[in-house]
Amino acid sequence: MSEESRPKSIQLIITRQDGPDAPPYKETFEVPYRPNMNVISALMAIRRNPVTAGGKKTSPPQWEMNCLEEVCGACSMVINGRPRQACTALIDKLEKPIRLEPMGTFPIVRDLIVDRSRMFDALKQVKAWIPIDGTYDLGPGPRMAESKRQWAYELSKCMTCGVCLEACPNVNSKSDFMGPAPLSQVRLFNAHPTGAMNKAERLHAIMGPGGIAGCGNSQNCVQVCPKGIPLTTSIAVLNRATVGQSFRDFFGSDNM
Amino acid sequence: MEDHEYGLHRLHSLLGVIPIGLFLIVHLTVNYQATKGADAFNHAASAMESLPYLLFLELIMIYLPILFHAVFGVYIAFTAKNNVGNFSFFRNWMFVFQRFSGLFLVIFLAWHLWQTRIAMALGTPLNYELMVHALSNPGIVIFYLVGILCAVYHFSNGLWAFCVHWGILVSPKSQRIGTYVSLVIFVLLSYVGIRALFAFI
Repeated sequence: MSEESRPKSIQLIITRQDGPDAPPYKETFEVPYRPNMNVISALMAIRRNPVTAGGKKTSPPQWEMNCLEEVCGACSMVINGRPRQACTALIDKLEKPIRLEPMGTFPIVRDLIVDRSRMFDALKQVKAWIPIDGTYDLGPGPRMAESKRQWAYELSKCMTCGVCLEACPNVNSKSDFMGPAPLSQVRLFNAHPTGAMNKAERLHAIMGPGGIAGCGNSQNCVQVCPKGIPLTTSIAVLNRATVGQSFRDFFGSDNM
Repeated sequence: MEDHEYGLHRLHSLLGVIPIGLFLIVHLTVNYQATKGADAFNHAASAMESLPYLLFLELIMIYLPILFHAVFGVYIAFTAKNNVGNFSFFRNWMFVFQRFSGLFLVIFLAWHLWQTRIAMALGTPLNYELMVHALSNPGIVIFYLVGILCAVYHFSNGLWAFCVHWGILVSPKSQRIGTYVSLVIFVLLSYVGIRALFAFI
């Protein structure tokens, strides 16, 4: 951007909330422009001088952050209507004024901070791990084919940021659908040669409450995932796997 | 109900195609006979009416599946939080249309059933004349036009969703080609349904 076309300041409209049960309200802030700013640095500028555009002194808006390189998922928020990470939301590339809101699908803790516990609970529910603990050395596990490792690695990029849940029309207060992220982890752990030994347990978990049946195929998740994870393919793979599992359960085969 | 969520959703998906979807195709095909004149339609309709144990067939193949599909479908439609405003992707629009067309069909089918099958049970003969009379009102013609388009859309898009939910279409490529196929089915069945509708006017 040339020197002349740079704005002197940028405006942010933040949806705030003082506590979990407090009513939401909006506050507008004017932040001096610096080159290469992102939403986090704009929020830091507000924190240094928590005064609204109208000149009223206020409390600094709260948000969560950690890695600042889009691998931890902590700074997820709704920026100009789209859920994404604040750290990779560059000010120069955003429409002004910039509207920041918390991801309302999750319980709001304060301002832009949400409680993503439901995702971690879902990971426990679907057993998104490989049980190898025991009283003796189990020895080396079976090898994984390189071709499989390559696509499984893509699934492992999930950072539980919650963007796919925020975009999903079926994840809301009226439904208990766990959302795309934990489902995709079932595909990841079932693809692992050692993890596959507990395949049926994970499939049974997603055939239970809040499981894969809640997916309505709006396919928003795959469009918004910041890591480009093929979430809808994972869900389709699991649709096939659960249909197979339900046939095996009903008619009886390998597990009887 | 939570424990049976998976089974109920899959049953809902299956019943939409077999028998409801198949019945829709048969129904629209019978209607299409009206383009060949009143006699051809009356002949096709009476052939359907002459099936043995008709009421039992209707109950098992049509009424009970549609009743379950409608009740569970309304529940599904009202548990969604539609968000095409912020996420105006093609599939998300299809998702919303699927829910709205389904809700409209509940109203449309209740009316349609009252005007035809229940009237027939109460003694009015179900023939070409009945439909000509019913469609003499332009408001009803529009109502039927929207009803037919909703039914055909709900079936075509639902067939795609069935193929995904039952694990037939898995790869992104197969899902994309499946979308094109469902679009072709939508166009062809709409042609059949709308030509048949205008044969009564």
